[in-house]
Amino acid sequence: MGLNSIVAVIARLTFREAARRWVLWVALGLGVLFLIIYAIGLSEMSKDIQTTRSSLLAAEMNNFFLLAGMYVVNFLASIMTVLTSVDTLSGEIASGTIHTMVSKPVRRWEILLGKWLGFAGMLSLYLLLMAGGVAGVGYLVSGYLLPNLLQGWSLMWLSIMVLLGLSLLGGTVLSTLANGVFVFGLFGVAFMGGWIEQFGAFLNNQGAVNVGIITSLILPSEAMWRRAAFEMQSPLVGVFGVSPFSSNSSPSLFMVAYAALYALGVLWLAMHRFGRRDL
Amino acid sequence: MTTPDLAIQTSQLSKSFGEKAAVRDLTLEVRRGEVFGFLGPNGAGKTTSVKMLLGLIRPSAGEGWLFGQPLGSSEVRRRIGFLPEHFRFHDWLTATEFLRLHADLYKMPSEKSRQRIQSLLELVGLNEFAAKKLRTFSKGMLQRIGLAQALLNQPDLIILDEPTSGLDPVGRRLVRDIIRDMRSAGTTVFLNSHLLSEVEITCDRVAFIKHGEVISTHPLQNLLDSEVTLTIRARRLTPGNLQGLEHWGHNIRLDGEHLTMILPGEAVLPEINQYLVQQGVEVYAFQPQKISLEDLFIQVVGTDGGL
Repeated sequence: MGLNSIVAVIARLTFREAARRWVLWVALGLGVLFLIIYAIGLSEMSKDIQTTRSSLLAAEMNNFFLLAGMYVVNFLASIMTVLTSVDTLSGEIASGTIHTMVSKPVRRWEILLGKWLGFAGMLSLYLLLMAGGVAGVGYLVSGYLLPNLLQGWSLMWLSIMVLLGLSLLGGTVLSTLANGVFVFGLFGVAFMGGWIEQFGAFLNNQGAVNVGIITSLILPSEAMWRRAAFEMQSPLVGVFGVSPFSSNSSPSLFMVAYAALYALGVLWLAMHRFGRRDL
Repeated sequence: MTTPDLAIQTSQLSKSFGEKAAVRDLTLEVRRGEVFGFLGPNGAGKTTSVKMLLGLIRPSAGEGWLFGQPLGSSEVRRRIGFLPEHFRFHDWLTATEFLRLHADLYKMPSEKSRQRIQSLLELVGLNEFAAKKLRTFSKGMLQRIGLAQALLNQPDLIILDEPTSGLDPVGRRLVRDIIRDMRSAGTTVFLNSHLLSEVEITCDRVAFIKHGEVISTHPLQNLLDSEVTLTIRARRLTPGNLQGLEHWGHNIRLDGEHLTMILPGEAVLPEINQYLVQQGVEVYAFQPQKISLEDLFIQVVGTDGGL
């Protein structure tokens, strides 16, 4: 067994724990319920959409409802990311479960990376099924396919990786409760900042836009959703910049690169911090 | 400077949490193949010391080596087994899955780990519970499975933190037998236990720790063989008599008609008896008793429990 075998062992353990403790199944079960309700709702609304004579307007309405679905998926995935990972380190440190593991011939960063990999795999699967479900339901009901779906999914994935890394980093320093408050607090700041930036852009208020940019630098998860929505919005909305989900102040590619570096950076910091802390 | 025949060697190892010193200048030498007892009252710094040995926490000062390699070395942990005091495991795993997880952390080949797990489950008497989830185990069963995970790699050094707490008499005997077998196989055992009777039976040497400092280290058998507690029931004992008795022993205490004192050995008993009779003391009982580890503990650590 090579060096990475420990990472694989911990990743499997993390994934299996989520399955054994019903976290994965409850999330997927409720996800399916969400998709069923969404499909019924979309199907009902689709009847009204089909009465419109303008195919352009029908496409716009379909795009709006699908983005609304994606918005909920992104929110659920974010919540699930924090709730599942917030306790994984601090909980095992507090209970002492970690002691018998780190006293084995393993490096601490391997344990942390394994946990990250396990959660990343589980959350990627969740996001794939949920976002794919929304897009699939939309296509089956209305025949409309969201544009740039892959880019949109990738940006939503990046958003939850940012949160996952931050949650693991918090777990190396804080108790479970404090870590939950910390990550959800920052999530709220970024969420509010995103809306301020959106309104600021609509009202041409650069000060408000700057507030949004600063909050995105503090935590770029919400910015990644807005960039995902920007990628998946219809071209018409893109021209007018009027949508609850995106604006003409969409986060730049620089911000996307920043978010990727942020996700890697917090993961590296978490590995470094976990390697040095007393257990 | 490390010595090759030592399993554990520490030099002035210290750990402070803020202003509070948990361990101060811990200097220990545990020889390969011996069973070493690490004793002290609650809060004396035993667990912190064990954690430093295992690299779970970093010392604030000092140095330490396990088999000549510095503390915290990942490589040396391949040769170590550890059963923590307040253990919590992944209770959603079955006993077999739990042991396989820890075998994987030791990077054991799968066939070897399968055989080892089977033999260990038999050894700790949990064979019929192999497929049961740990959450259904009693405290004693968890202690047994914890012991099995500490033995997975056939360690050269095993660190047992309160291994018999939560065990019934059968379980305690099992642990004693395992420790005896390990000593026969040349394994070094570092035992931290509050059950002094267990330590008395199993250990070659003991160290006493109080307020984060090692007070003394004793070869247990010689010490227990040599010291004697003498209990005398007598009348007409005067303060002068008590002072006179200090010639033969120490820790002299008088409670009514009962006098106790610690003697360095049995050889002085006739002299004491003769002295008391000559002094006109009426002796009704004269009971020498070899010192127990509990007596030694109280004698070394004191009755305040280190608080």
